[in-house]
Amino acid sequence: MTDIAVSARPRAVDLSSDAARRRTRKRYRAEARFRAYGIAAILFALAFLVFLVSDIVIKAIPAFTLNSVALEIEANREDLDPQGTGQPDAIARGDFVAPIRTALQGIFPDAAAERRTRQALNGLISSGGDEEFRKLVVADPSLIGSKLTVPVLLSDDADLFFKGIVTDVDAEVGRGVATPSAVSGDVTILSSANDFANSVVEIKRALSAEARRLRGEVERYQGLLATYSAALTTAQGELAAARVSAPADVPRLEGVVAKLTSDRDSIAGQIQSLGAIAAELETHFTGSGAEPLDEKVPSLLVQINGGVVKVTEASNSRISGTTLIPLQSANEAAAGTWEVVTLSAPEANRKLSDQEVAWLMQLEDEGRVTSGFNWLFFTSGDSREAELAGILGALSGSFYTMIVTLIISLPIGVAAAIYLEEFAPKNAWTDVIEVNINNLAAVPSIIFGLLGLAIFLNFFGLPRSTPLVGGLVLALLVLPTIIIASRAALKAVPPSIREAALGVGASHQQAVFHHVLPLAMPGVLTGTIIGMAHALGETAPLLLIGMIAFIVDVPGGPTDAATVLPVQIFLWSDLPEVGFQAKTAAAIIVLLMFLLVMNGAAITLRKRFERRW
Amino acid sequence: MLLLFIAWGPTAPRLADHMALASLPADVQPADDLTRDARLREIRAVADGQSAGAEPAIQAAGKTFAAWRSLAEWGLLVVGLALGALGGFWAYRQLGARFRARNRFETVVKVILIACSTVAILTTVGIVFSVLFETLRFFARYPAWDFLFGLQWSPQTAIREDQVGSSGAFGAVPLFAGTTLIMLIAMLVAGPIGLFSAIYMAEYASRRVRALAKPILEILAGVPTVVFGFFAALTVAPLIRTYGEALGFDVASESALAAGLVMGVMIIPFVSSLSDDIINAVPQSLRDGSYGMGATKAETIKKVVLPAALPGIVSAFMLAISRAVGETMIVVMAAGLSGNLTFNPLEAVTTVTVQIKTLLVGDQEFDSAKTLSAFALGFVLFFFTLMLNIVALRVVRRYREQYD
Amino acid sequence: MNDASISASTAAAASATAIPSLVDRPAPAKVVARDVNVFYGDKQALKSVSIDIPERAVTSFIGPSGCGKSTFLRCINRMNDTIEGCRVAGSITIDGADIYDSGLDVVELRARVGMVFQKPNPFPKSIFENVAYGPRIHGLARSKSDLEEVVVTSLKKASLFEEVKDRLAEPGTGLSGGQQQRLCIARAIAVSPEVILMDEPCSALDPIATAKIEELIDELRANFTIIIVTHSMQQAARVSQRTAFFHLGILVETGDTDQIFTNPKDKRTQDYITGRFG
Repeated sequence: MTDIAVSARPRAVDLSSDAARRRTRKRYRAEARFRAYGIAAILFALAFLVFLVSDIVIKAIPAFTLNSVALEIEANREDLDPQGTGQPDAIARGDFVAPIRTALQGIFPDAAAERRTRQALNGLISSGGDEEFRKLVVADPSLIGSKLTVPVLLSDDADLFFKGIVTDVDAEVGRGVATPSAVSGDVTILSSANDFANSVVEIKRALSAEARRLRGEVERYQGLLATYSAALTTAQGELAAARVSAPADVPRLEGVVAKLTSDRDSIAGQIQSLGAIAAELETHFTGSGAEPLDEKVPSLLVQINGGVVKVTEASNSRISGTTLIPLQSANEAAAGTWEVVTLSAPEANRKLSDQEVAWLMQLEDEGRVTSGFNWLFFTSGDSREAELAGILGALSGSFYTMIVTLIISLPIGVAAAIYLEEFAPKNAWTDVIEVNINNLAAVPSIIFGLLGLAIFLNFFGLPRSTPLVGGLVLALLVLPTIIIASRAALKAVPPSIREAALGVGASHQQAVFHHVLPLAMPGVLTGTIIGMAHALGETAPLLLIGMIAFIVDVPGGPTDAATVLPVQIFLWSDLPEVGFQAKTAAAIIVLLMFLLVMNGAAITLRKRFERRW
Repeated sequence: MLLLFIAWGPTAPRLADHMALASLPADVQPADDLTRDARLREIRAVADGQSAGAEPAIQAAGKTFAAWRSLAEWGLLVVGLALGALGGFWAYRQLGARFRARNRFETVVKVILIACSTVAILTTVGIVFSVLFETLRFFARYPAWDFLFGLQWSPQTAIREDQVGSSGAFGAVPLFAGTTLIMLIAMLVAGPIGLFSAIYMAEYASRRVRALAKPILEILAGVPTVVFGFFAALTVAPLIRTYGEALGFDVASESALAAGLVMGVMIIPFVSSLSDDIINAVPQSLRDGSYGMGATKAETIKKVVLPAALPGIVSAFMLAISRAVGETMIVVMAAGLSGNLTFNPLEAVTTVTVQIKTLLVGDQEFDSAKTLSAFALGFVLFFFTLMLNIVALRVVRRYREQYD
Repeated sequence: MNDASISASTAAAASATAIPSLVDRPAPAKVVARDVNVFYGDKQALKSVSIDIPERAVTSFIGPSGCGKSTFLRCINRMNDTIEGCRVAGSITIDGADIYDSGLDVVELRARVGMVFQKPNPFPKSIFENVAYGPRIHGLARSKSDLEEVVVTSLKKASLFEEVKDRLAEPGTGLSGGQQQRLCIARAIAVSPEVILMDEPCSALDPIATAKIEELIDELRANFTIIIVTHSMQQAARVSQRTAFFHLGILVETGDTDQIFTNPKDKRTQDYITGRFG
């Protein structure tokens, strides 16, 4: 027996004193904090997801519509059917672009006169813009010889202009009476009210912002200069010391000094030139005279009397410039009948010149511009032109690749799972296989690409860039997932089913294939769908086996060169044109839709067929 | 018959190539690999019927090629049919009343099942073999020590002997450093957030909250990495750049921070679901013991549950690290290409996976040191992730046994 | 076996451990329960339970499986709060203070009312850390030497110290079943509770370990109020001074242990004791 003094009470623990209460409150506060961290973590994940999805949806919106311009086109025989056969095949090979260009040039005859402007004007139409026209005439050759009104697809930049992406267009109605001095060429416009004052202020603001930015750059460079000068001094010191004590180092140190000197000089030069530009800008916006405009400041246009003037010098009540579209008359324009248009993105920062913007604004004012759903996105393959690019090629490629993956991985995976779960003896060899499968499930996907490259492409000589090879590589990637999921499904079937089957005299194999497997099927299918969804989104291994080439034709089978949707997304995301950015986001949405459907199917399958034994 | 097809596949075209080249007159024979491939393309074009504009020697070679190719195809057909006929005949002989069809059938089925199971082994063997083989070929040309410990990464190889820039530095340390930097950033994000969300869902959340939170994390897990890469490159990186420069820092447009951040978010569901399983596996009796002592929930979790779950959580982190290291698309799209050796998250770095992709995509001679170095990188990557995974999976398995 | 011999043997056992002076005088009630009803969702587990638990004595709850004795035990330290869907109605007071009062700090309550569980559940920490856990979280030890003193005293009081004194840093899970349970008891008394609840503490142990624990309980009752749930009537007879018999969620009868076992007032009690059911 241990000795406990019966009379001595254990030390009284005071749990209700103030100190104790404070301690307890502190503990409860710690509890609340801890709980808050947990909620914060989940909310962060949710917020990120929302951010991601909304960002992509917003980026994708411009991709779902395409703008076209309605032109009255002369369907003349010489261009469309030079041989006069009247046969649809011959007509389909006709020149449909020329009549379109003629029609466009008819709207802007002055532009048509000079070659450069004519080329710019033609550039407003997409290179695939003749499709609609061609379809109409090929379907009904009797149209040849008549005049048709056809919507013609606009080029990428023009399309983006109407979506508001190229620049913001701010139109202010003129409050005063405007008096132009001429109809074309150099024009001066006087306004009875200070209609140009706002624009002048805008310009000055833009100039001052630019000057400030340059001054900031200058400061940064001055900081760099200090660093380089210090380094140079140190190096020179080292050089001098080396000349005395370590002549072997001299050539190397001389090289170092030379490089530092040249670097420092170039930085000094940058500082000088930037400083000069900034100073020049500053003289502008501090002055109060007429403001000259160049391509580095927002553009100013005046729409008056059916024409457009590009402003080259502006003061509060007077501008001078050149006509982009000739005016119809030099009469006074009453208040409210003319506009001052500001394009906030400077001409140097845009792909559309002021001239092209003027043409587009005119077309819009004439009511010719229509916006339609971008069916081309779903019906055409990849293209160099952003407005013509579509995902049909990638979708077919993904389709064929998934089929190949499914055909290979599902039977092999289920067979392996059946063997490992039902028939394999519990020995070291099956242990090795199991460890192997678990490890393969965690191998980075790019390694499978290396495997595909080395063995399928190089050793077996299978054709590069085909869904066949892609499917093979993905099948190997997905196989461990299917095996693990199938094993779990098989394990979940209670042994009583097997025993019942064996009891009536079925062989082990018959019991498995006729009884256990059908009951495990929902679990197997769920795992397969999840594996397929994973494979659908895989990119890295397919890049290595060559599915990265620019493929325009839609693949017809598993042995045609193709690309898959995630790779298409990757390729497009690299392209600089803004139009492709929107297309990339739209393609991402299509991909996510597919994945949503697949995962949803897997979850419903699991819920519907889940049985509690 | 399957084996016949498999064997025929690679050898027949080679044979045809060889015979066609051999038939070329001596002066037209290709001198090196590059010209050889070009010649072969010309020859194949002729054989396919496009003989316009080819030299007469090529035309003749094309005819030879076509001849051998059709011989190979006919040969395949004939031999295949013969085998098929033989097989059918043999099977017919076997059939009879005493034939235990089911047993035979079942043996065949069993063989098929075993064969399928070995596909997994074959895959691993294939990976090891192919990657190792090319790696050894690489180390034959470039010393392994310099590769593993060299500090300069500028992979160039000469196309011709006399081309400038023929010396390539294949020191992979900047790549390892870049991978580590991005992995650290990712784990700094995913570790706490994943762990805390797992703790919250396992210990605090009501069933309703759990029903909402789990799908959110599953959706996050299902988003393809190329989507994350797009988001990182086009939205997150510019955002970081703007804010960083507003704060006065010099931020690269492809900062490691952007790639690491997004990669971290991608890994959150991974850490979270693994940790959730592990925390739930801790027996309730331990929690009861702690509550019975008067501990708050937070104290119980911090001092009893988490220490008990620690081995499992560590292995979950290891698996997450393995995932981060092996991830390709996010870093390809959002991280840089230059082998910059730095630990500053605002600079651009490159990783092992980015270089593997860059070196192998494009027109590459398969034998050049450049391409082979990609395999060497792949080998290092595979080895590293394999070690991590083995240790992590073993810990998880042992841990599960302890509590079952 | 017939009724008479069972009663005789249990009576003999009861009297062997009885300390006459403490049992004959009515002890002050430490824990008072009035009209306690417990529901799990819609199912009612306890109906209208009222009982007085005397201070510094051992009270045992007996009854067949599923009769609600563990449920009632867990009400006393509000462990039922951790079970979703469990609702407690009625009043339970300790020293006159209602423990279900909304202002009451449950963390503080559980420091005053300790619990030992059916299956020993030492934390996966060292023996020292197991016992030190309670004092640490409640901030009861001001210095390291204070903490060491508390741990050593508790281990001594739990009759475990001699066996583990030179391996305090080893994990608690490495002990035998009986030692683990004593460790849990040491852990419980390290915070100097006033009441100790024991839920079938010996059911997972072998007879020798059980005997040791029963000995320990007898020593502890000098300083603690102990309530023990047991399905062994012999154990109840050996160890407790007061006994309460539960059946189908109802407290059927309460009384001095030897009275319950020799002369039960209720027929159901009689049937249970003589082995007709349960």
